[in-house]
Amino acid sequence: MADTADTITGIECPVYLQYHFTAGRAPARFLTRIKEGVLSGQRCPRCSNVYIPPRGSCPACGVPTEEEVELPDKGTVQSFTVVAIPIPNNPIKPPFVVANLVLDGANISFIHLLSECENSEVRIGQRVQAVWKPREEWGYAMDNIRYFRPIDEPDVPVAQIGKLPVTGREG
Amino acid sequence: MQQIAIVAFSQSDCLARAGAANEVELIMPQLQAVYAQVGIDNAQDVDFVCSGSCDYLQGAAFAFVAGVDALGAVPPIKESHVEMDAAWALYEAVLKIRMGHADSALLYGFAKSSSGELPIVLSQQLDPYYLAPLWVDTVSLAALQARLLLESGLASERDMAEVVARSRRNALDNPHARLSGSVSVDELLAEDLFVSPLRRADCAPVADGAAAMIICTVEKAREWGVPYALLSGIDHRIETHNLGMRDLTDSVSTRLAARAAGVEDGPVEVAELYAPFSHQEIILSRALELGDDTRVNPSGGVFAGNLMMASGLSRVGEVFRRIAAGEIRRGVAHATSGPCLQHNLVAVLESAS
Amino acid sequence: MSTLAAVVGIGQTQYKTRRGDVSIAGLVREAAVNALQDAGLEWDDIEAVILGKAPDMFEGVIMPESYLTDALGCNGKPMLRVHTAGSVGGSTALVAASHVQSGSFKRVLTVTFEKQSESNAMWALSTPQPFSVHLNAGAGGYFAPIIREYMRRSGAPRDVGIKVAVKDRLHGARNPLAHLQLPNITMQEVEESMMLWDPLRFLEACPSSDGACAMVIAAEELVHESPKPPAWIRGVAMRSEPTMYAGRDEVNPQAGRDCAADVYRQAGITDPRRDLDCAEVYVPFSWYEPMWLENLGFAAQGEGWKLTMAGATSLDEGGDIPWNCSGGVLSSNPIGASGMIRFAEAARQVRGDAGAHQVPGAKLALGHAYGGGAQFFAMWVVGADKP
Ligand SMILES: [Zn+2]
Repeated sequence: MADTADTITGIECPVYLQYHFTAGRAPARFLTRIKEGVLSGQRCPRCSNVYIPPRGSCPACGVPTEEEVELPDKGTVQSFTVVAIPIPNNPIKPPFVVANLVLDGANISFIHLLSECENSEVRIGQRVQAVWKPREEWGYAMDNIRYFRPIDEPDVPVAQIGKLPVTGREG
Repeated sequence: MQQIAIVAFSQSDCLARAGAANEVELIMPQLQAVYAQVGIDNAQDVDFVCSGSCDYLQGAAFAFVAGVDALGAVPPIKESHVEMDAAWALYEAVLKIRMGHADSALLYGFAKSSSGELPIVLSQQLDPYYLAPLWVDTVSLAALQARLLLESGLASERDMAEVVARSRRNALDNPHARLSGSVSVDELLAEDLFVSPLRRADCAPVADGAAAMIICTVEKAREWGVPYALLSGIDHRIETHNLGMRDLTDSVSTRLAARAAGVEDGPVEVAELYAPFSHQEIILSRALELGDDTRVNPSGGVFAGNLMMASGLSRVGEVFRRIAAGEIRRGVAHATSGPCLQHNLVAVLESAS
Repeated sequence: MSTLAAVVGIGQTQYKTRRGDVSIAGLVREAAVNALQDAGLEWDDIEAVILGKAPDMFEGVIMPESYLTDALGCNGKPMLRVHTAGSVGGSTALVAASHVQSGSFKRVLTVTFEKQSESNAMWALSTPQPFSVHLNAGAGGYFAPIIREYMRRSGAPRDVGIKVAVKDRLHGARNPLAHLQLPNITMQEVEESMMLWDPLRFLEACPSSDGACAMVIAAEELVHESPKPPAWIRGVAMRSEPTMYAGRDEVNPQAGRDCAADVYRQAGITDPRRDLDCAEVYVPFSWYEPMWLENLGFAAQGEGWKLTMAGATSLDEGGDIPWNCSGGVLSSNPIGASGMIRFAEAARQVRGDAGAHQVPGAKLALGHAYGGGAQFFAMWVVGADKP
């Protein structure tokens, strides 16, 4: 009988599977445009809400979305968290701010980094703008925008977040 | 017990690669098609929604969550998901209607398995300690089963080629087919072996796509005023995972499910069988005790294109279509899951009149 | 219209970081055998098995029902596999119940599990996809901004989450199966634990556990064959909404409100705080207790935190509506099973079989699970009395 030192309680079986991921027609279009530095959303034909990044459907109405809407790179902090632990496979150093941001003219938030700010001063309703990577580094990816940073505009009242026109705060 | 009616079905073309379309984009046209068939607007107009898909086929956890984006689930809906072929979503929905918590249900299944190497991916479905580390792929396991069938004398390579030739010929009438055509048995037998004793032609061509269906109570079907088929029986059974403990030349679970679903209670004019490999159609036909008067896979079956996670539901849909069109009065549909026909579902559909 | 059904057997495993003593099959079998024993039944008494778990990628086994057939005595029987994200444990119980409530089966076994120690869940959840910035900092990173918005809306004091974290761990210390055993935990200790996703601290988040939970559900006519008191299923409901849509209230999701209203209506509940004796609610992050107190109608909007702070949800403080007496998800979290544990623990309470975390005289209890971006909900109400 084997002593406990020989008892096998696990074996290593690494699994390698390769996938060729497809983003989808609508996200692919979004990625094509963002390579050109353009933020392009889609408007729902039924409820008129604008989604970015677009997924090709309005989840609320269950209908395909086709109309493209070009959006500015300015937006508002809908909410945020300060993350104190590293992200696997990501060089970013904690603590960093992850925020739900809504671009002007969009009706839904997406997640991105917030930087060039005191973490303790980030707040709901704060105005922000994208900081892009150098043009020569742009690819088909959302991280063409390195992060967003606060800008000197008055905060947006909570009830208005997600409802601003493409012209933004002053619109 | 509440009688169940099938009122709508649609499936996508079987595409070798769905190209740029993502899952939501694959599902939506099929949903729109079944809505149109019964004259409803969206998932708000049915009482329950259930889908079937598999995260690993597209390589992302929670892949099915995006499917909800296709539904228009605002206000919220009653919705569930099986990590199985959508034929089992149909099964879950049948229970829901029988218990009186729904009068109608929308089912859909979808996959974009071209993203990965399907036979290799599915090898990770096996016992994780003994089998998965060996990376035995699904084609090899099926070949093992085919070998046993041939050696037992229950079928010949010619019989297998006949399945393929007939399926491809039948698929000529299937507008969604990925593969169809006239090919002779001798031509097929002249092809090289792929994974012995299987030739490439013995393996159903895998396809990207989606399928959707609407079922309801008979009262609801009459209210909608659309032709329908009765789902008079449905049952499914699983068998041991240990291939060495099964008689791979038979499908005991199919026999059990067929008996419970009432296959033998009437003539079977059409049988749509989910047989991803030619020899499996032979095994299934025997297990279902189909006679010469049954047309097997008039759609071409999955040899027209194997829509992963939707092919089982599509088999039910194909039989429904023929009954609703008045072509036949009674038929059987079959779905399978797991290596070498481990898990089988059998449904009996009948004309309402 | 539906057949009356009851829980007649419950089985759970010990929850811990790593169950190196059993395989995946051994883990589910342990829960299933415990449930059969509790129900006084044998494998042959079971007509079908309904299995649930969160993503296959958590263990790296695709469609594990295929491999688990033998361990669950399912050869020749129907086996269904449910996956509805984090709510799956609850959904699986509901699908199992529907097997009986539909009149199709007399007695079924349902099992859920997670053995996260066998794979890398963080990896499983972070397969890179090109259209989003790769910022997956765990579920906490997703839910923390939502919690922040709740704090803003309700004006709740900052220590509400800390109080929940302490309360649920003190409950967990009464439950020998609970993963975290922290009988001496203090508010100060939670407050001083590392801030992971501000405002969530380490001790305000759930652990990651190996474990399985099983139940036997029987039709009315067979309930008497099991020796212990049954937990009658008085209401079942599920609701889903999309992860994101314009105008979605992520703090107080409509799917949760609708689901609760549905299950209360079936169970004849008009005032959940008054009518229910206790609840097992999916609270993986401390702040979700006050948020769900409001979402589930135990408190008015913006006032859930007041119940928490007053001790209303605490067994130790003699609260009138104890929540998560078992210690909840904050004490044990085998993801795929976590929802079913809520359902099973609600049933244990009304069976009078909850041991040291029993609510005295509990007759009616709520089991709750949620998943995805707090978008999938599953609930049931179980009672000691036959409806
Ligand atoms: Zn819309």
